[in-house]
Amino acid sequence: MFYSRGVCWSSGCEKQGDVSPVENHIHCDEGQPQTEEGSEAACPGISIVTDGFADSAPGDVSGGPASCEGEEHTHLDSQDTHLDSEDAHLDSEHTHLSAEQALDSASGEESQEDSGEFVAAMLARSRLEEQGLGVKGGSPPLADTGPSPPPPGLHRDEDVTADAWRAHRKHVFVLSEAGKPIYSRYGSEEALSSTMGVMMALVSFVQSGDNTIRSVHSDQHTVVFMQQGPLVLVSVSSSGQSEQQLRHELRYVYNQIVSMLTQASIARIFQHKKNYDLRRLLAGSEKILDGLLDLLDCDPSFLLSAVHCMPLASSLRDALSHVLQKAITPNLVFSILIAQGQLVTIVQERTVIEDARLEPADLHLLLNLIGASSAFQAGEIWTPICLPSFNPDCYFYAYISYLDPPSCSVCLLLLSTDKEAFYAVAECKRKIEEAMLAQNALAALAKARPYSATQVGVSDLRHFMYKPFDVPDNHRQLTQFTSPEMESPYSSEAEKTRLLDLYRDLHGRIHSTSRPLKLIYHVAERETLLAWVTSKFELYTCFSPLVTKASSINAITKLLRWIKKEEERLFIRYPPKYSTTPNPSRTRKAPEHDATDNGFLSLL
Amino acid sequence: MAIIRELKVCLLGDTGVGKSSIVCRFVQDHFDHNISPTIGASFLTKTVPCGNELHKFLIWDTAGQERFHSLAPMYYRGSAAAVIVYDITKLDSFQTLKKWVKELKEHGPENIVVAIAGNKNDLGDIREVPMKEAKDFAESIAAIFIETSARNAVNVEELFQKISRQIPPLENPEVDSNESFKLTRQAAPSSRRCC
Repeated sequence: MFYSRGVCWSSGCEKQGDVSPVENHIHCDEGQPQTEEGSEAACPGISIVTDGFADSAPGDVSGGPASCEGEEHTHLDSQDTHLDSEDAHLDSEHTHLSAEQALDSASGEESQEDSGEFVAAMLARSRLEEQGLGVKGGSPPLADTGPSPPPPGLHRDEDVTADAWRAHRKHVFVLSEAGKPIYSRYGSEEALSSTMGVMMALVSFVQSGDNTIRSVHSDQHTVVFMQQGPLVLVSVSSSGQSEQQLRHELRYVYNQIVSMLTQASIARIFQHKKNYDLRRLLAGSEKILDGLLDLLDCDPSFLLSAVHCMPLASSLRDALSHVLQKAITPNLVFSILIAQGQLVTIVQERTVIEDARLEPADLHLLLNLIGASSAFQAGEIWTPICLPSFNPDCYFYAYISYLDPPSCSVCLLLLSTDKEAFYAVAECKRKIEEAMLAQNALAALAKARPYSATQVGVSDLRHFMYKPFDVPDNHRQLTQFTSPEMESPYSSEAEKTRLLDLYRDLHGRIHSTSRPLKLIYHVAERETLLAWVTSKFELYTCFSPLVTKASSINAITKLLRWIKKEEERLFIRYPPKYSTTPNPSRTRKAPEHDATDNGFLSLL
Repeated sequence: MAIIRELKVCLLGDTGVGKSSIVCRFVQDHFDHNISPTIGASFLTKTVPCGNELHKFLIWDTAGQERFHSLAPMYYRGSAAAVIVYDITKLDSFQTLKKWVKELKEHGPENIVVAIAGNKNDLGDIREVPMKEAKDFAESIAAIFIETSARNAVNVEELFQKISRQIPPLENPEVDSNESFKLTRQAAPSSRRCC
């Protein structure tokens, strides 16, 4: 439910405005909307953040609520018909807006406030109507936690009118510019077509004023909009994450779609036919998007934009890298070995990474693809795949095969630029398989385990995430982080989520665009956290609640010393390379373990 | 000592008709109720005896989803046989099958052995495609026809046996008079094409 007590439009600023509460027109039967506990009193209600054009500063909204109240009621009455005619409403609303602005320049903010409230009301109303409850039906607000969400796997069949649907922590919708549903995390897209229609109406309404809608903030929810070419992505979240983080997640969703279709072909399709139903092309891939959204919630790699590699004795990792380096064929660009869903090693084509580096984001998409589908467990897979951060418009061809059927925990991924190279690449796999068998590497990999925070030997340290910027070569070529297993008291799903939420909050504050921080010492109810960013690393630590500031700093010193000592095991220190391109003229004749270029450090 | 012949076979057809299930039943004799949609194409092999030869099937199990459609030529090119699968409970999948037949006729290898498999034969009570209609269609294009059930392991082996029998033996290519089985120059080398 979107409480509508005040609306502000701010220009290009992500801060919420300081607005006076306006009476809530939308759910009149619900009684007083509650103020979220602990929320700053300065920013109650809904605020809508857009990209530009409004001259007002965020705090400028000073128009008396009473003066716009009358208008509000009129709007609501005029909306009281059907959603089908929303376009007409929007048009008339727009006309009304300009007229009012022309008439009374002093109340310019007010009119924007009006329109903001109007769109927010539209969104809220449409939800209610869709749920068949109607505005006057006394519906429970979205935030009211009803029955717990249904078990995973049944997302498609979920009843979108049920309380459980509304109670989901985070919804993600993807739609086309024509308002056609493409994807919804929960519930079927068909059932949500009118909700998505309203979302598109919001986007186009703001667009018609030469502006871009970025987000809508209410007490309980943050709605983030992102337009990418002909696609619109919307996140409706009650997770408390920052707008920036939610936008980052939407970008992953977009990139996952691009990885299947390429940006160029999405653009071409919609250029050709504006109301194309993209679900036709994504059919069967919903699981991959579902899997991505699950990972976004539970895997900090996405938050940190870094790769988590499997802790492994450096001798074993080097031996495996060497095996991959030996098994090459022309046009092979990346050889990736994955065990238990984590990166073991990656070998990259030298000339290719001179042009563009393999972003952790792309690697995350690949890992998700493999983890989300059991389709790879049968036979050898050959499939086109696009790496959006590398090049959003072209395909690589991926060879994917598990090396240890039927347990399927060690997966080999070979990427080629040649569509026809399957048999040659499959031959590389045979060589790799043989060499690994000779070294008994599968058995060694099966023994690899995540480590425990207790191994650090610092009492009170429960968990941490460490992302270095100074491990030779690896930040520039492959950004990594390391983190122990989440153990008691964070072994249950709920507690894991709670810890990650705390980390997300710290991360959001560290990376805040308006007021970035370097060091946060946060005493929470059940633990104490310390986040610290320097030019050499980004670190998040979680301690038991009894720790003191001094002892936690002391603990971090010990932790950093331990990580330094274990560096070889925790990280891929020198991402190995090979040359497979037939044209050696562009190849830089560098030694394999080229650690001389640490120039990136000076950039930090 | 039997001769091993490698036969490239591709499976085509609408999404969800059971191509992967048929292959899984044939290769691993296993059935998975919650099988994931194939991504790209999956390559599997199985060797079966046929007369005095051993036929090693190099099976390309393609994804039925539309977005992979443009890749299909890569898989049926050089194939000795194509199995086009439809779902007997979905009329649409039979229409898609006709499109595949047309595409193979236009762009496929000229002497490719075509087999039509009506899968989900165990769901006879919700059948939408009459057996006769499919059989008549198969006859009209001189294709193998069989109804299968990957779930109950019905006719899956038989499907591949029929294909095996339609592949002319190496030593005596003129054995069959039917023109669609005539061994032309490309067939033998292409069917053995592998690494």
